[in-house]
Amino acid sequence: MTAFWCLVRRDLLLAFRRGGDSVNVMIFFLLTVTLFPFGVGPEQAILMRIAPGVIWVAALLAAMLSLDRLFRDDFEDGSLDLMILGPLPLEITVLAKCLAHWLTTGLPLVIVSPLLAVLLAMDGEGFATLIGTMLLGTPLLSLIGAIGAGLTVSLRGGGVLISLLVLPLYIPVLIFGVGAVDAAVYGLAARPHILIMAAMLIAALPLCSWASAAALRLSTE
Amino acid sequence: MGLACVRGGRWVFDSVDFAVAPGGALLLHGANGSGKTSLLRIIAGFLAPAEGQLTWNGHPFDDEDHEPARIAYVGHLDAVKRALSVAENLSFWADYYGAGQGDSENSVAEALDRLGIGHLAPVPARFLSAGQRRRLGLARLLAAPASLWLLDEPTVTLDEESIAIVEALIAEHRADGGMVMVATHAGMSIPEAGILTLGGPS
Amino acid sequence: MHRFANPTRFMRYSAVILPWAAWSTAALIAIGLYLALFVAPPDYQQGESVRIMFVHVPSAWMALFVYTGMAVASAMALIWKHPLSDIAARASAPIGACFTFMALATGSLWGKPMWGAWWVWDARLTSMLVLLFLYLGYMALVDAFDDPARGAKAAAILALVGFVNVPIIKFSVDWWNTLHQPASVVKIGGPSIHLSMLAPLLIMVVGFTTFYVAVLIMRMRTEIVTAKLRSLQMNANRD
Repeated sequence: MTAFWCLVRRDLLLAFRRGGDSVNVMIFFLLTVTLFPFGVGPEQAILMRIAPGVIWVAALLAAMLSLDRLFRDDFEDGSLDLMILGPLPLEITVLAKCLAHWLTTGLPLVIVSPLLAVLLAMDGEGFATLIGTMLLGTPLLSLIGAIGAGLTVSLRGGGVLISLLVLPLYIPVLIFGVGAVDAAVYGLAARPHILIMAAMLIAALPLCSWASAAALRLSTE
Repeated sequence: MGLACVRGGRWVFDSVDFAVAPGGALLLHGANGSGKTSLLRIIAGFLAPAEGQLTWNGHPFDDEDHEPARIAYVGHLDAVKRALSVAENLSFWADYYGAGQGDSENSVAEALDRLGIGHLAPVPARFLSAGQRRRLGLARLLAAPASLWLLDEPTVTLDEESIAIVEALIAEHRADGGMVMVATHAGMSIPEAGILTLGGPS
Repeated sequence: MHRFANPTRFMRYSAVILPWAAWSTAALIAIGLYLALFVAPPDYQQGESVRIMFVHVPSAWMALFVYTGMAVASAMALIWKHPLSDIAARASAPIGACFTFMALATGSLWGKPMWGAWWVWDARLTSMLVLLFLYLGYMALVDAFDDPARGAKAAAILALVGFVNVPIIKFSVDWWNTLHQPASVVKIGGPSIHLSMLAPLLIMVVGFTTFYVAVLIMRMRTEIVTAKLRSLQMNANRD
């Protein structure tokens, strides 16, 4: 187990030393959401109606843009080879990297989301649900994204291709995430949506790590 | 025995046989493209051979029996993170591979000293020269011990003094009963080593 | 199953099956269309435009069927390393994508007279759209690799992941749709389908299936011959 935390710690240290990553993700999130009032007009009623959806879509895109970095560095400098030879099964290694990725890109999104909810005049009742669903959803985004990242890590122009592969798979997360917040805002039960997201997250842990590991083995042949 | 390798739709090598005993060494020679790297990667387990079989002590190489202490691989790339210091780089790999065995600090310091880069321990790896990075990669062999060393062109970018250090390391490892397979163009002096020459296509 | 793994055997069997598949396709679709256009009664609600259903429903069904076939072939390629499987999967993808597109296009054409709009975010159409993206992603991934063997394996992983997702996506889109459009109910031909409508529908479905088989065989044969050429070139360079 210590090898697992060794890896998480190293990735966090690298992200911290490199600095830019987490901040860039947050700024992108903020920027994207800010575009919408310019696009649809500043009328409160409209913004309030689209707020949960816009925040979630922007979070999705921000998460997606950070995916390429999940494995590429380690692939390009040979660290991935050594991790495959290491004591941890590759699936667990993937989980370690996803955890570090989530801590450095997903968690910042969760923290910024209430601010964005205020910007879009979202009803106060939805705030807690927004944070809750993002806490469940952003790890899902990292896990599902790991599959796309694993498949494309050995390809040169990986970036756009990842979006093509991963966005259709993100759609259920989006639907339930927004569904929960909308339900909370309208005073309906958000619990079913949240439970389904939790179930997806639990199912994703073994499934996504298996698929991503298979993809990484293929990429390092 | 009878190993064959296909990469990118091309036969890289075919009908390759070899054996290495404890304390033994095998030198891989061959022109560029003859498959030295591919062979090492097949042994390390990254790549499956198109034909043939690998055995360890008479048992087939099996993923489930894979112990990390069995094989150390030093490829073309050094796995050095520029944002970390030299010591941090090496202690990560020592901890990762030797998880739970504690006291990696000493072995890290010793390994760095042995490779002649002990004085660089706190320096961020981005300031290292190519030769120093290579030595950091090789220091892994000491910090995270294994019985079979697979070295792919270990002396590239190294000066004469460093090459001598690597030769000494190899000799010590063999004296302890370890095995070494080295792919190299350079003339390394490795006494009593078997030689496998890969012929390449046609 | 491994009896059929030999490409030469496949070429022999498929050479026999292909003309049957092709002619059946032509016959079935001709009959099906005739029945659909001239014999089946117009729907009491939708009038003549319901006839689009006879192309739309079989296309949608084939889109899912082909994706399932791709997933099964991908599983066989990854687990049992069956040599023809990944050829079958790759050959199926564009066919499935075309069926999906046809389902979307006919759905849209049907939508105009029915709902008054060229596109409606109805649960089924939306799921079809996402399925199209899954197909396109698969095809893009296969093409992105220089080494066709690796591209095939990567795509196989993606196909399996996508397949696991298809029910999840369907479920979530249905959920989303009922949240947002509780009132829209799309019934095909009413509570029970009369034989005069069921017959052409089934004939079209079978006809589409034989079409898929015919085109799949043609594509696979081409791919096998190409692979044989490549391996002859490869072996010519061997010791």
